[in-house]
This record gives sequence, structure tokens and C-alpha cells, in this order.
Amino acid sequence: MNKSLRRLSFPYLLWILIFTVVPLLLVAFFALTAYDSNGSLYFTLDGFKNVFGGDTVAFSFLGLSVQLPLYINVFIRSLLIAMVCTLLCLLLGYPAAWIMAKMEIEHRRGSNILLFLLVMPMWMNALLRTYAWLALLEPKGIVNNFLGLFGLGPVQFLYNDFGIGLGMVYNYLPFMVLPIYSVLVKISPSLLEAAADLGADPRRVMLKVVLPMSRPGILSGINMVLMPAMTTFLIPDLLGGGRYLLIGNAIERQYMVSRDYTTGSALSIVLLIFVLLSMQIVARNTDPDADEGGLVA
Amino acid sequence: MKRKLNLLYLILVYVFLYAPIVVLIVFSFNASKSRTAWGGFTLDWYVKLFHNSEILDALKTTLIIACSSALISTAFAVLSCIGIYALPGRQRRLVMSITNIPNITPDLVTGIALMLLFFFINMPFGFVTLLLAHTAFNVPYAILSIMPKLRQMDIHLYEAAQDLGCTPGQAIRKVIIPEIKPGILTALILTFTLSIDDFVISYFTAGNEVTTLALTIYSMARKSVNPQINALSTLLFVSVLILLVIVNLRTSRQFSRRRKTATPGALV
Amino acid sequence: MIRKKGADTAVTSSRLHDATGTPHIIECLNLTKSFGETEVLKGISFYIRNNEFLTLLGPSGCGKTTTLRILGGFEEADAGEVSFEGRNLLDLPPYKRQLNTVFQRFALFPFLNVFDNVAFGLNIKKRPAKEIEQLVRKALRTVDLEGYETREIDQLSGGQMQRIAIARAIVNQPKVLLLDEPLGALDLKMRKEMQVELKQMQRDLGITFVYVTHDQEEALTMSDTIIVMKNGYIQQVGTPADIYNEPRNAFVADFIGESNIIPGKMLQDREVEIEGRLLPCVDPRKPEDQVDVVIRPEDIDISEPSEDLICGTVESVVFKGVHYEMLIESDGGFEWMVQSTDKAAAGSRVGLRFGPDDIHIMAKSDFSPDAAGPDSISRAYEAAEGGEGDE
Repeated sequence: MNKSLRRLSFPYLLWILIFTVVPLLLVAFFALTAYDSNGSLYFTLDGFKNVFGGDTVAFSFLGLSVQLPLYINVFIRSLLIAMVCTLLCLLLGYPAAWIMAKMEIEHRRGSNILLFLLVMPMWMNALLRTYAWLALLEPKGIVNNFLGLFGLGPVQFLYNDFGIGLGMVYNYLPFMVLPIYSVLVKISPSLLEAAADLGADPRRVMLKVVLPMSRPGILSGINMVLMPAMTTFLIPDLLGGGRYLLIGNAIERQYMVSRDYTTGSALSIVLLIFVLLSMQIVARNTDPDADEGGLVA
Repeated sequence: MKRKLNLLYLILVYVFLYAPIVVLIVFSFNASKSRTAWGGFTLDWYVKLFHNSEILDALKTTLIIACSSALISTAFAVLSCIGIYALPGRQRRLVMSITNIPNITPDLVTGIALMLLFFFINMPFGFVTLLLAHTAFNVPYAILSIMPKLRQMDIHLYEAAQDLGCTPGQAIRKVIIPEIKPGILTALILTFTLSIDDFVISYFTAGNEVTTLALTIYSMARKSVNPQINALSTLLFVSVLILLVIVNLRTSRQFSRRRKTATPGALV
Repeated sequence: MIRKKGADTAVTSSRLHDATGTPHIIECLNLTKSFGETEVLKGISFYIRNNEFLTLLGPSGCGKTTTLRILGGFEEADAGEVSFEGRNLLDLPPYKRQLNTVFQRFALFPFLNVFDNVAFGLNIKKRPAKEIEQLVRKALRTVDLEGYETREIDQLSGGQMQRIAIARAIVNQPKVLLLDEPLGALDLKMRKEMQVELKQMQRDLGITFVYVTHDQEEALTMSDTIIVMKNGYIQQVGTPADIYNEPRNAFVADFIGESNIIPGKMLQDREVEIEGRLLPCVDPRKPEDQVDVVIRPEDIDISEPSEDLICGTVESVVFKGVHYEMLIESDGGFEWMVQSTDKAAAGSRVGLRFGPDDIHIMAKSDFSPDAAGPDSISRAYEAAEGGEGDE
């Protein structure tokens, strides 16, 4: 293509400098500075001291209990919840993606409308949809009323791990199904026939052919669920009743409530580094041509 | 039997996905203000909605921001994509991996980073910062929607256009843009959706002067959500549904005649 | 001498020699071009006569497509000059050049139908609608696709797309049509048909065609002039008959048609030693003793083995329709290909008979361009030294 067209990329280079590179550098900058009483900036490591030091809180998991600094505690809990939620999304989403892909492969129809229905909820405000779960799950809500018909409940769904986990799975499930579907649907039916022809029973076909081939989709699904689940502050805010602290809420409060930009930025930097590192691990496992590829896959 | 089990499974998944939406829609017709108890059918909330200036203002802001940031970011992305595409391989890959950064950065951090940028250069928070922030997060998505189409294009088309007398500008307008139109359409729909749906980035960059629908809902959600919001969401949901169905039908008809590509609407 | 203002880019007379006196529409001088480390063109010079069918022929990577793309304006030459009707061409962007291109894979606009594709260039030039319609119809008639106006591009076959690509170019009435391997995407039968049609079209339109191909048969069938290229150098320029009958080096001989290339030794004029036999020939002695001897398979006759002939054993015989193609292992250990209407049985001993003027002597060093002396059959090489003061 013509060299003169290269000039068209120059405004964009300036744009990513201003709106991608500089803002991220500013986060690092604010993590290492604070305002003194005169309103001028000075260098400080207080932000990172607050993140890695500070009060310790008991962290218990699977019967173990350790004393950890507050934010490390929050960080690990957020990661665990996000991982459980990602796993649930995968367990629920994979079969759904496979069934849809099979419909497309075998009948060449039906899956389009299903895909459409899958993304359609995103057109209703996520906050509102999450909020609607309150009506369903409240002690006097619709689900508990239903359970009451059988003399069960009321069950406490909200303001605990269950409520938050459900909110996350609900919000992020489509992001797991879509990439897995888009990989599965490309598997050629003759490949499955070949596997069967070579003596693999349906379970083996699934384990030895379909699952390995869908790895890029699974990895990209994990990518698309784990990070937002780990950093959300809306879902714990709504379904946790404001009492539940995850890393997203912790950061949000530093900026919007305590106005401690230094600690907030230090937390953001730690979170960002963690996220980029885990992305790196995932990226190394996906195929190299995906780097400039589309959005869904 | 197995097929029925599969179908049952899918139905359960979709019930899970649509249960809260159904609840929302049903309770927008609820005469009682309770979010759980049914108090009879009413259209009151829909009537009141059109007199509620707080909600209507938020809706207006949301739509203006979504439309303008979708248009600006897509137009900008089209030109940028052509420029990036013309870059030599190594530079192109570098630019594309920087383009991917906002994609892999959590929204929370993107929002905070943009807030710090505006704070640092002393820009007053309001409509302008909100629009800039939305455009900032939309541009990479627009580029990622358009770039694959451009890469599929036969590069000789651009040369053929020039050969036939087009200046570079004419060649872009008359050949490249029509050729990557499906990608541009995807980019428009995607950026519009992302912008309408965005809460996190608006939360950090809107300030106190302007408010979007998502911000309004968030401030209400802590107390109790006004059923008028349910009514508004129902209206928006239904109109989007109708719009997407029309777009999908039209494009799939066009495309099945011309070539077999995914319809742009189906992506979003 | 008085020069007009701004005429400094105009070259008033040719800097390249030409015996025929036909005007040159394009002249290229010392073109060089590199892509990164690779030198694709190493300083080539040639001219194109008005209304001729000129073919740039060579294996892939020889620089033929790059040369064409420089003419079209899609590639910038690193150094050198190109003049078009005496005016500098290289300063013009592609859209201002009076040349049109037929691209390798057609490059038809998929979002436009046949009519709009062909009308594209005229629309850009804002010609009146009535005129556009007439010209498009005429162009479609020329390529034999009347009535296809409203077809979509993806409803066309490869051959039809090819014709539309040509129509789209010629409708602009270019003085020169550039064709980049235009038949490469077609099947064999279609290719043969299109060869004849293209030649016919060129005559009818009365314009210059510059054609790029790696297919020697295509080049021989259609061209008035062939330029054989290799590794960024011109190897030979001439009519198809010149190039076939008098290849200037072993590469050209091998590339154009089938050839037997046998090492030989030449100690004096008009006598060459092959396989230990002294044979009369018509060429003068080359600067070096060691030479390549080229003999076309169809110039060899089969005869009874005898003392004064090169003899060998028939390895294989294949019937090719008009003739038999035989591979013969000579006593000297070389494999000879012979095409003859006479047949010899496999395993039999035969003698190879050919006349003095069937023997073509090539200096081994002729592979490099430096060997192109003033006696060259080429009409282009002297260009650089040819000098300015021709006026």
C-alpha cells in the first residue's frame, strides 16, 4: 500500500500517547507522590507501604487462617472469588457453547438466533439487571416465595459469597460462551467423524479432540471473565449490600470516598501489574495470529 | 432423549439470563411501588417517565454521548486503520499491541487513569471529559473491529482505484470505505453499545455536572430504584430489539446474496 | 537553443538508439530498486515503441513485476529515469498517468456491479452520464461481454472477471495498457483462448501493451518484442523469433523453449568441440575457450550411428502427438532431448545429426550483464553510454 497513507496513522499515534500511555504513567506517578499541606507534590512510598503493610486481618481459607495485611487480604479474596466465578462460567458455559455449536454444525441453523439471544441482555443496563436480582433473591423475594410454596426457606441468598458469585456468573457468562462457541463452530464435522472412525467413543472424541481444539476459546473466555470479575466494584456494592469489600471497591473508595490518590494509585498499579502478568501467561498459550484478530474470538 | 436434555439445558441457561429482565419488564407495569409484590397492572410509570426531567436529561446525555463518541471514534478508527495498515510490519505490530492495552486494562484502571489525566491537566469534569473518555475507550474497539476487514481486502483494490484516476483521498472514499463497510458498521454498533452500557468509566470522568442513565441508576440503586427506570429500560430494550432484528434481517438478506459473512449485528 | 519555460523535464529526443525510427512511447534509463536488503532491479534500461506488444518475461523474482509497478506508479524507483512521450513520468502520481493497469488477480471492486466497475474511471473524471454509458458499452463489446452490465462481480467466472478487468482499463482510452500476469489465475484452455484475443484486442485498439509473464509460451505467442529478465538484469531484448533462434546466453536458451545445453570448447572461429568431437559451426570465437553449446531438441535428427556423429542409447520415448520426444544418453555421459517425427526404439543405439547453424555458442560469462558487448542483438544496452548529443 502507498507510503503516503502512513501519515494517516500519525494522529492515532498521538492519540494513544495522550489517552493510553500518559494516563497509565500518571497512575504510576500519583502512586509515588502526595500533596503536602501547601498543595505541592512530593515523592513518597506511603502508597505502597499502605498496600503491603498496614493493619493485618485474619484470612481464612479451607480451615487455614493467616494474618495478612488488609489490602493483600482483600486482593487474595477478590482473586479467589473471581477464579471460582470463572470456573463456574466455564462449567456452565462450555456445554451451552458446545450444544449451540453442534446445532450450527449439524443443522446449519438455530444457532444464529441463540447467539442473538445470548448478547441481547447486554442491551439492558447491567446495573439494572443486577439490581433486578435483588427482587428475585430477597428474603421476601420471588424465589423465596416460590420455595415457600414447598415449605422451604426462606434462604439467605444475598449479601454473602453466593449473592456476589451469582451476580458475577450472571454478568459474565455470555463472555465465556461467545469465544468458546466461535472456536467450536469452526471444528469440521469430518474431524469428529474421523475420530469416531478411528475408534473413539463420544466421550473420547470430546476429551481428545474437541476439548484440545477449543483451548484458544477457553483461554480467551477466561481472559474475558477473570479480569472483570476480579476488578468489579458494582456487583459487591449491589449484591453485597455495601458491606463486602473486594479490590475494586477498595480502589474506588480510595479515590471517591477517602480521596487518597496515593494509596488508590498504588493499589491500581499493583492490580494492573498482576493483570498484565496473568494476561501474558494466557497470551503465551494462545496462537500467535490472534494478536491482531477480531473481538469475539 | 439426549437432544431433549441438551435443549433443556439451553433453556435453563436462557431462563437464568432472562429472569431478571422479565422481572424488570413485568414490574414496570406494577401498580405497587414494591419490587416484589404485584399490585395490579398500570401504565403510570410510563406516563410519569415522560415528565421526569432528571431521567430524561440523563437519557439525553447518554444518547448524545453514545452517538457522538461512536461516530467520532469510528471515523477516527477508519483513518487510523488505513494508516496503520500502510505501516511496515514491525511498526504495525507494535501499534496494534499498544492498541490492545486498553483492552486488557481493567475498566476500573482505565477510568481512574483518565480521571487522573483530566485532573492533572486541570480540565473541568463535565460533558467534555465524559465525551473524551468514552471516545478514548471506544477507539481501540473500533480499530479492532475494522482492522480484520481491512486485512481481508485485496490491497490491489487501492492501486486499481488510483490507476483509474482516483487521488488517494478519492480512493479511500470510493473503494476502501465501501469495501470495509461491514467492519465500520460493526464498529459503530459496538462503540454505541459500549458507550450506552458503560458505568465504570463514566463514574470516574463525569464529575457532578452531568449524569448518564447508568450513573442515575447507580445512585438510585443504593436506596430503591424508581419503577420509572424500569419503564425506560423496557422501552430502550424493546426498541433496540426491534432495531437489531431489522438490521439483522436486512443485512443477512444482503449478505447472503453477495457473500457469506457474519452479519455485523450478530456480533454485538 | 531556446527552451520553453518548465520544459526542463522534457526530453526532446531519444537517448536510446533505435534503428527502425518508430517513436518510443516509454523510455527507462538505469532503473534500480531495492526492497530492504534485496536488490530487485540492478539498473535496467529499455524502451517501448509506440503501439507494440511488449512482454517482460522471466522467472519469479526477476524484477519484471517491479518494473511494471514502477511504470504504473505503485512503486518508486530508487534511481533512474522513466519518460513517457518525452516527459518525466516518475514525478506523476499514478492517478495522473495515461497508463492503465490490469492487475494480477483482477482487483475488481466487489461492491460494484459490472457496469459500475467499468465506469469507475470515467465517473472519477466526471464525464457526462450519456458518454459514460456509450463508452462502457463499447468497452464491454470489445471484451465480448455485452449484456453483463447489471451482473455482480461474484457472479462472474474467472475468464469473465478477466475481461471486465481489461474493459475497466481500456474504457479510459489509455495510451499504454499494463498487464501483470493477467492470465495467471485462469485455467489452461481459457489461457490459450485469451492469448489470441488479447493480441487481437491490442491490434484493434492500436495502443501499446506492456505484458508481464513468466510463461515463455505466452510471451512467444503474443509479443512483438520480448524482454527477458533475470535477477534484476535484462538478459536479452528482441522479437520472439530472435530470442528463440538466437538466444544470447544459456539462461535465455533454457528459459525459452526446451534446450540441450552441453559444455563445449572453442579454440578458433567456426569450430567447436563437443563430447570430444570437432564440429563446424557459424559463430566466431568467444573470449574464453570454455563455452555452453545450445541445440534445440527439434533441430536434431535421429540417424544410424556413425563415426562422425555424436552417438548414444535411447533411454525413453514419449509420443507427443506431432512428434516423438526421446531422451538419449550420449557416450560422453550427457542427456540429450530430441524431438523428431522419426521414432527410435528404447534401448537402441542412434546417432544425433544436426547442422552447423543449429549449434548456438554461448559464452559462459554471458549470464552476467557485463558481457553485453556492442555486438549484442539487444537494442537497449548502449543506452547509458549512448549519450545526450544525439540532436
